Amino acid sequence: MSGRRGVIDKRVTNAAALAVIWVCALTTVAFLGSLLLYVVINGIRELTPAFIFTWPHGVNMEGGIWPTIQSTIYVTVLAMVIVTPVAVLAAVYLAEYAVQGRLVRTIRFAADSLAAVPSIVMGLFGMALFVEGMGLQFSTLAGALALSFLMLPIVMRTTEEAIRAVPKYIRWGSYGLGASKWQTVSRIVLPAASPRILTGLLLAMGRAAGETAVVIYTMGTMIAAPVSPLDPGRTMPVHVMLMAMEGINLKAAYGTALLLVIMVLAFNLTARYIVRRNRRMQG
Amino acid sequence: MSEKLAEHLAGAPSGSSQPDKFAVRKLEFYYGDFHALTDITVGIQRHAVTAFIGPSGCGKSTFLRTLNRMNDLIPGTRVEGSVMLDRQDVYAAGIDPVDLRRRVGMIFQQPNPFPMSIYENVAYGPKLHGVKKKADLDEVVEKSLQRANLWKEVKDILGRGGLTLSGGQQQRLCIARVLAVEPEVLLMDEPCSAIDPTSVQKVEDLMAELKDRITIVIVTHNMQQAARVSDYTAFFLQEKVNEAAELIEFDRTATLFTSPKDRRTEDYITGRFG
Repeated sequence: MSGRRGVIDKRVTNAAALAVIWVCALTTVAFLGSLLLYVVINGIRELTPAFIFTWPHGVNMEGGIWPTIQSTIYVTVLAMVIVTPVAVLAAVYLAEYAVQGRLVRTIRFAADSLAAVPSIVMGLFGMALFVEGMGLQFSTLAGALALSFLMLPIVMRTTEEAIRAVPKYIRWGSYGLGASKWQTVSRIVLPAASPRILTGLLLAMGRAAGETAVVIYTMGTMIAAPVSPLDPGRTMPVHVMLMAMEGINLKAAYGTALLLVIMVLAFNLTARYIVRRNRRMQG
Repeated sequence: MSEKLAEHLAGAPSGSSQPDKFAVRKLEFYYGDFHALTDITVGIQRHAVTAFIGPSGCGKSTFLRTLNRMNDLIPGTRVEGSVMLDRQDVYAAGIDPVDLRRRVGMIFQQPNPFPMSIYENVAYGPKLHGVKKKADLDEVVEKSLQRANLWKEVKDILGRGGLTLSGGQQQRLCIARVLAVEPEVLLMDEPCSAIDPTSVQKVEDLMAELKDRITIVIVTHNMQQAARVSDYTAFFLQEKVNEAAELIEFDRTATLFTSPKDRRTEDYITGRFG
């Protein structure tokens, strides 16, 4: 009889556990879904070509948001250009050259810690170092440099994983033909790892494009369409914050937020697409 | 055993008067603290196929990799004794393992084309070694694919990814890739164990064609294959777990398979263990 009860208990607990797991899983999806829905409902009417391609005007920032789009794309791409060589070469060093030991563990720990630094702190430090220390003023370059520190650990760690994921026997093939280590790394390993490296870059760019605190203190908040890297600007998330915080123009805030979500989503979906296509090609 | 071997080596294993391509003397090999191979003395005849046989874990692949210093890539490995390639010790100071591996090419168990086009796979080696002109590369790619008996199958799809080929074609692509750098020796580490039977046939035919110009050493766990393709056979055995493996017997393939001198060789080839 106790055996029977045991069976029933097992079924009950199993069902209960399953229910809880389901609810938790569903909460994640429901939260994302309602967030997107909310932003879409509030922002969709604003998304007109005029909103995207014209400048804001008047005290309430009526009209479009073009300069904030230009600022966002400019600073994000510039940050990517700065971070890619540094992060990739650092990852090559960690994965291929460094003797695995205390130094490597320390570097990795530093990268992980860098990723955990609150972005407001990163912004203040960026202001001290780039804006004031290096005399860059509030500028796209200062913003990009600060953002590159935000991106560095993400890109470095994904690149390191990507390099480690390249099968040993492919490297052996190269060494077996009389290739040196650098020839093998640069001609075989990095190209083979490149789809995953690109994925990491896109995810980091998504992070950077949506960042507020870091850019406020380095790129400023002035509405401008930067052309030279030394021009200041106001990125989309900063625009959203300012429009919403002071209740200047909530409609514009939602419209900008929706466009920002679409852009970041595009980064993420492109990253996923690259991974999938690559898996198909190699599988 | 070593007496017998010394006698055997003294008598030169064939009628040929040419010296051996490789002469290995008293080789000891260690993975960290683990003593993997002991007292290996053997000569590898040039322009012939030599097979290494033995049960799994008997050190035959490890020994193969000492010949082109691929083991150098594994941290903590150590070699004692000498491996002479054309009378020059490949472990001597001043020998660049990168140059050595161009002369002593290698084919692996798992076909390992690079994730790039068929053409680029074959052109990779020549490019590494300084061939730049398109016409020269075209020529070496075609010649190498022809020597690997793959040209007819791929001549119209050279731009396609090497990984899109079948397993057997991939292995021949890897052979073409090695041939493109014109090695003197080809080391093959169980080259047929991951490909289909038809392709096995093609790779075996290929070995017979290539040995006119190249010295071939093949590791195989398939005794029929060793008997089919090789001129000489070496039998390796690790008698006890955690003990170094040894070379038990080395002879002409026909002799080793029909009248083995060592009891352990006989037991192995008649299927009593392994």
